[in-house]
Amino acid sequence: MTDQDLDALYQEIILDHYKNPHHKGLREPFEAEVHHVNPTCGDEVTLRVHLDGDLVSDVSYDSVGCSISQASASVMTDLVIGRKVDEALAIHQEFLTLMQGRGTVEPDEDVLEDGIAFAGVAKFPARVKCALLSWMAWKDATATAAAAEPVETKESNR
Amino acid sequence: MSRLPGLLPELEVIRKDFPILERALAGGNPLVYLDSANTSQKPQVVIDTMVDHLERHNANVARAMHQLGAEASEAFESARDKVAAFINAPSRDEVVFTKNASEALNLVANTLAWATGDLAIGEGDEVVITEMEHHSNIVPWQLLTERKGATLRWFGLTDDGHLDLSNIDELVNERTKVVSLTWVSNMLGTVNPVAEIARRAHEVGAVVVVDASQAAPQLPVDVVASGADLLAFTGHKVVGPTGIGVLWGKREVLDQLPPFLGGGEMIETVRMERSTYAGIPHKFEAGTPPIVEAVGLGAAVDYLSAVGMEAIHAHEQAVTGYALEGLATVPGLTVLGPLDATQRGGAISFEIEGVHPHDVAQVLDSRGIAVRAGHHCAKPAHARFGVQSSTRMSSYLYTTPTEIDALVEGLEYTRSYFKVG
Repeated sequence: MTDQDLDALYQEIILDHYKNPHHKGLREPFEAEVHHVNPTCGDEVTLRVHLDGDLVSDVSYDSVGCSISQASASVMTDLVIGRKVDEALAIHQEFLTLMQGRGTVEPDEDVLEDGIAFAGVAKFPARVKCALLSWMAWKDATATAAAAEPVETKESNR
Repeated sequence: MSRLPGLLPELEVIRKDFPILERALAGGNPLVYLDSANTSQKPQVVIDTMVDHLERHNANVARAMHQLGAEASEAFESARDKVAAFINAPSRDEVVFTKNASEALNLVANTLAWATGDLAIGEGDEVVITEMEHHSNIVPWQLLTERKGATLRWFGLTDDGHLDLSNIDELVNERTKVVSLTWVSNMLGTVNPVAEIARRAHEVGAVVVVDASQAAPQLPVDVVASGADLLAFTGHKVVGPTGIGVLWGKREVLDQLPPFLGGGEMIETVRMERSTYAGIPHKFEAGTPPIVEAVGLGAAVDYLSAVGMEAIHAHEQAVTGYALEGLATVPGLTVLGPLDATQRGGAISFEIEGVHPHDVAQVLDSRGIAVRAGHHCAKPAHARFGVQSSTRMSSYLYTTPTEIDALVEGLEYTRSYFKVG
C-alpha cells in the first residue's frame, strides 16, 4: 500500500463524518433495535429504526469503532432518513455493490452522495466489513420494524 | 546509536536466517514486522527441514512398514524428543502433539469433563481462571463449568495490569478443581507468578493448567519448575509452522485423563464391543498427526535452543524496554499493562487518543509496519481497562531498535495524518 492508497481510503469526507458524526445517539420512538458486532475486530453498533408507514422516519445509533465504521454510519443515516423504505433499500444495495466491487465499481454520486467517498475502502478487503457494519444493522432493524408494522398501514400508504 | 545492552550479539546474522525479513512491501517499504505475538516468522532451517521431509522422507507414521515409514516415524518421534528437551520435560511420553494451543486447552477441558475419580468435576466444584486470559483459555472452561454445573471464577486485575492476588486464599479453596492461567499475557504482556499460584492450587489439590503460548517463545521454560500439571503452547509462535501445538502433562495426570478423540493410533486393541487404549502420548493423538509440522517444530525449537532462550529473553527485554521508552514520547499514547520491561513480555498494547486502533494499524501498514489492531482475542482484559480495542506491537529475536524507531515515527505520522493534537 502506498500513501496514495491511504489517501484514497481516508477521504476528507470520511474524516469529517468521523469527527462530527450525523444523527448519532439513541432516540425514541423506534420499532426495532438491533446490536451488531464485527467479531474480528470488536466494532459494535446499537441501532434503532423508526418507521412511519413506509417512510424511514428516524435512524439513531450508538457505536464504537474505527473511522471507517463511524463515518459509514453517519453517511448511512444521511442517506436513508426521510426516504421511503424501498428507496432506502435500493440505496443500501447500491452501497453494498460498491463495497463488494473490489474497487472496480464506479459510484453514482446522485444516489450515494457522501457515500462515494467509500469507493477507496472497497480496495481494502479487511476494511469492507467496517464500512458495512451499520448498513447491515440498518437493514436488519428495518426488516424487523417493517414486520412489526400493521399490514393495513403499509397497504394504505402505498 | 550506541548498542542496547542485552541485544543478541549476532542480531544481523539472525535476521539473515529469516528470509521474509528481506521482503519489500508495496511502495518499496521494507517490512517492519512487529506482530510476532500473533505469529512468528520462520527461519530458513525450519523451511528447509520441512521441504526436505516432504521431498525425501514422506510417509505415514507408526503404521507404514517400509523404509520411508521408518524414516517418517523417526523424524516425527525425534521432534517429540526435541520438544521434550526444549521444555525440560521429565519424559518424552509426556509431550502430546495437538493442532495448536487452543486444541491442547480444549483437550484438557474436555477430558476433565469426562474424567472420573479424583479429577471428576461436578456441581459445587470451582474452576479458576484470570481476567487476562486469551479467549482460548476462557471459553473451554465456560463450556466445562456450564456442562458440569460447576462454577467459573477468576482472578481480577490491578490497575497496572498485574493479577490481583489479594484474595488468592479465598478464590483458590477446597472446592477448586482446576486453576488455569496464562504465563505471559498476549495483550498486557504481564508475566504472571505461575509457580506461586501453582503452590496455592496444589495446597487445595487443584490441577494447574498453564497457557504458555506467549511464554514458550520468549522465556526459558522448565515445566517442572513452573509448577504446572499441564502446559500448552503452539508451534507457530516459536518460529515453527502452523498446524502443530503441544500439550505437556505430568504422566500421572495424563494417565488419569480419559481419551479425547477416538480413532487410529490412540488404541491398543479394538473389538466391536469396546476398545482399550494406547499409553501416553498416543492415547491423545488419534488419526494421522501433523507429521511435517511436528518435524518443522522440532527444527524450530532446536534453532531457538541454539541461539539460547536466556539470550532471547534478554533480547526481548532490551527491545521491550527500548519500545516502552519510545512509546512514552508519543503524545496521547497510553500503554496497557506493566511499564517495567523486566516484569513483562514483548507484546505491548496501547491506545492513542483520538485515533482508533484499526486506523493506526492501517497508517502503519502504509509504511510497511505490521502490528495488530483489535481485541487480540482478549475482550475481557480490554473491558477491564475500559477500552474496546487496542494496537499491539510485539517483537521477537529478530527485532531491531531501528524497527522500534520506525514504529515511533510511524505513530507520530499517524497522529499528524488524523490531525490529532
